[in-house]
Parts: sequence; structure tokens; C-alpha cells
Amino acid sequence: MLEIFDGPVPVEEILVRWYRDEAGSNYGAYIPFIGTIRDEDEISGLSFDIYEPILESWFTAWQERAREAGAILKMAHSRGDVPLHTSSYVAAVFSPKRKVALKMINDFVEDFKASAPIWKYDLKDGKRLYAADRSTPISGSGLLGE
Amino acid sequence: MVRVEFLGPIQKEALEVEAATLRDVAAALQNDEEVKDWLESCAVAVNDTLVKSLDTELKSGDKVSLLPPVCGG
Repeated sequence: MLEIFDGPVPVEEILVRWYRDEAGSNYGAYIPFIGTIRDEDEISGLSFDIYEPILESWFTAWQERAREAGAILKMAHSRGDVPLHTSSYVAAVFSPKRKVALKMINDFVEDFKASAPIWKYDLKDGKRLYAADRSTPISGSGLLGE
Repeated sequence: MVRVEFLGPIQKEALEVEAATLRDVAAALQNDEEVKDWLESCAVAVNDTLVKSLDTELKSGDKVSLLPPVCGG
């Protein structure tokens, strides 16, 4: 399940809804990761662009990987502006036992950071500034510069 | 003609380019002052699938997307 929200992700609603949705699924572990906007570098918030077609295919491949491990993955992300101290990202793994879920949430979030087609901007002094120095080229980048 | 789209922070309108392979798209963009500095850091998708070869064949109506460095979360 992939959910996109305009503005902050409604964390409490999501965590409870996902918990309830899987309450009867016999998973012993529910491991969420929540990303919250910190007050740093005088920003008033962050902002995001998303390219949904490739985000969806990337997430579908991860769902298949989770299924092979007997687990499921859920993810929610913001589009547009997200103020300080609200959240832009929630991901969660459900699995029969905790070790699979703990490893998978780490691997999933790492690959998310490196591969998911989402672009981050700092909101600062009324401007929307691409966070170039915190961004990672997707594997295989540079093809057209050869 | 193929359509070339620039995603995220690349502030540029889509282009129509005559191209038989991605190599032709690369040649066209390397001469484009607005976009050439992005080429070293961008991934490339054809019809929303990431590709890794300049020999990737293109046909009229295909969509080529440039994806600059990402940072979700």
C-alpha cells in the first residue's frame, strides 16, 4: 500500500489504521518508521516533488520482496510543503517475527533514500531551495553525460 | 519524435526530439545550455522504466524522463 498526501502525513490516523487493518493477519511484529521535519538551518519546513509512476513500480518491487519473506510493507509520503515538527514519511513492515521486520525496515528505508523518485526542497526565507547536497544520484545516473 | 521530460528541480519545459536511440537524445541535450550540467547526475527512464544503455532504442511517441538526485523522507 502506497499513500501520497498533499502536506503532512496524518501519522496517528495512519498508524492506527494500519494496525487495525492487520490485526487479524497473524503478524507478530509491526515496525513503523516515521520521518519528522527537524528545526535546523533556519528552515520553516521542507517541500517535496514526487514522480508517481516510477515510485509505484519501485514500491511494487519491494512489496514482492516483502511477500517472499512472509512480510508486508506499507508506506505514506507527503507531496508539497510540510512544516517543522510534522511528518513527511511513514513506512512500516508487518511480519510473523521481529527479526525479518527489523532488517527489512532498515533495508527498505536505505533503498528508499537512494532510489525513490522524490525530490526535497528547503523552505527558507520564502524560497523553495532544492536540497542538492543531501540528494543521491539514482543508480546508473550519468548515462546521458557519457 | 520522442518527448523528453525533466523531473523535480530541473526547471525546464518538456522537449520534442528526433531520436532513434538514447544516444541521439544525449547528443541533443549535451548541446542544451539549460540542461547539460544536469546530465552527469541524472538517471534516465524510457516510458517510466529506468534504463542503463545509450543503445536503448526509441520509437515515435516514447517518453524519456530525466531524474536528478533524489532525497525522500
